Amino acid sequence: MNNAKIFIAAFLVNNIILMRFIGLCPFFGVSTSISTAVGMSAAVLFVMLLAAWVSWVLYHVLLFPLGLVFLRTAVFILVIASLVQLVEMYLKKYLRNLYSALGIYLPLITTNCAILAVTFFNINYKFNLLQATIFALGTALGFALVIILFATIRERLEDAPISPAFKGYPIAFIGAALVSLAFMGFTALFGIS
Amino acid sequence: MDWLLIIKSLLLLGGLGLTLGLVLLVASQKLSVKVDEREAKIRSALPGANCGACGYPGCDGYATAIVAGKAPLNACSVGGPKVAQKIGEIMGQDVSAAEPRVAVLICRGGKNEAPYRFQYRGAGNCRQAALLLGGPKACIWGCVGFGDCVNVCPVKAITIGENRLPVIDEKRCIGCGKCVAECPKNTLILIPRTKLVYLACVSHDRGKAVKDACSVGCIACGLCVKVCPVSALRMERNLPVMDFEKCIDCGICVHKCPTRSFIDRAPGRPKASINPRCTGCGECIKVCQFKAIEGEPGKHHRVIPEKCIGCGQCVLVCTVKAIDLVGALGHSVKKV
Repeated sequence: MNNAKIFIAAFLVNNIILMRFIGLCPFFGVSTSISTAVGMSAAVLFVMLLAAWVSWVLYHVLLFPLGLVFLRTAVFILVIASLVQLVEMYLKKYLRNLYSALGIYLPLITTNCAILAVTFFNINYKFNLLQATIFALGTALGFALVIILFATIRERLEDAPISPAFKGYPIAFIGAALVSLAFMGFTALFGIS
Repeated sequence: MDWLLIIKSLLLLGGLGLTLGLVLLVASQKLSVKVDEREAKIRSALPGANCGACGYPGCDGYATAIVAGKAPLNACSVGGPKVAQKIGEIMGQDVSAAEPRVAVLICRGGKNEAPYRFQYRGAGNCRQAALLLGGPKACIWGCVGFGDCVNVCPVKAITIGENRLPVIDEKRCIGCGKCVAECPKNTLILIPRTKLVYLACVSHDRGKAVKDACSVGCIACGLCVKVCPVSALRMERNLPVMDFEKCIDCGICVHKCPTRSFIDRAPGRPKASINPRCTGCGECIKVCQFKAIEGEPGKHHRVIPEKCIGCGQCVLVCTVKAIDLVGALGHSVKKV
């Protein structure tokens, strides 16, 4: 698989949210307004890239040579949790507005399965460091695309005349399902499955 | 058993944990943000009702805003002077307490005054009733009377009276303004607790249109604006608007209003009484808007108690201080 295909596969065809159904928690949590969606996407992009690098290096330098591959879940979680802490401290000091806008969802990136999933995919697909970077970038941008796209829909849903039984999350889930169906149209794009 | 594997695992996980921990330790000191300890202190001084009367999202938001210097120290009307003083001590500033406020209903059109136009059988809340042709009452501006304010009041100070109008227990009311925000017709306002007189009508119609809908509605005649001795009233969209800063609570508008649309919170009003110092100059006769003083020039004047409303205007103009206000039950006369 060449680099462009890896990117498109991660970005559209196997979109992390709508095709793999990973990272749904922040997807519904912060897609209520465009500004928080953009902030969350930026935080995920940052953490995802860092996590992909650090986990890749750790895996190939320590875990694999030492024969401790079975420890990868624990090690990756440890790395991601520390990274999130670091990002949180950084945002709190230098980007206070973004920090308060993200609120609880920033610490929740720790348990954002999308991040962990990317580190695992990098290993399962036997990517080299460049490919892993591209994959992480594509996944994060795919996450951003969907979450921002969906935030625009939800901002309109806020004002739409929706019956009380469907107001809020129910209509959001229905909308997400429809968008997911639309994304299925990308299947086998450029021969990627 | 592969002891080496276990030891390797322990070393790897332990070492990794230690390294990352150290990195975080260094980072937390390098990237530390000064959290103002005053914020926590202020937060604990606040009542914690999270009512939002200060205009910030809850007590936490208000405490943050104070420390950031964005909020006045005395915005908490629930805590009143005590809390304002505490916050002042924490911030090292002098504060005057927030003026305690009280919610009042500015509509007098109960089911007797403003009869129903149609029978409403929908959901029993104001918001929905108001959506249907402006509510079932003849006056589309006034209180709908389903008691949304009752439900939202955190201290249960509001009840629906016999006349299907909310009655506010002023002793219980903390002036948080939740009912004011809830009312779909804006028939509730907060006024300074010390103020006695307010207009109780929200109809922007005038003349016959008001009369047809409600027997106590303001018809926008503008008489109150004319009679106000301190120009505290002005007409805006067919309603007199009261400037509480200027109002001296004399009560003249209350008695002059042809539709009795003003409400006087005073439990009792004093009467003027003229003592022997009177020289009979006649200034008080000129100023009295109720023709409550009689007497011939040069002779001792007399107050007609039935006509006097105790507005105190004569006291102000008397050059020899011959007039006193007496007999005020629970009412103190303010110096003007």
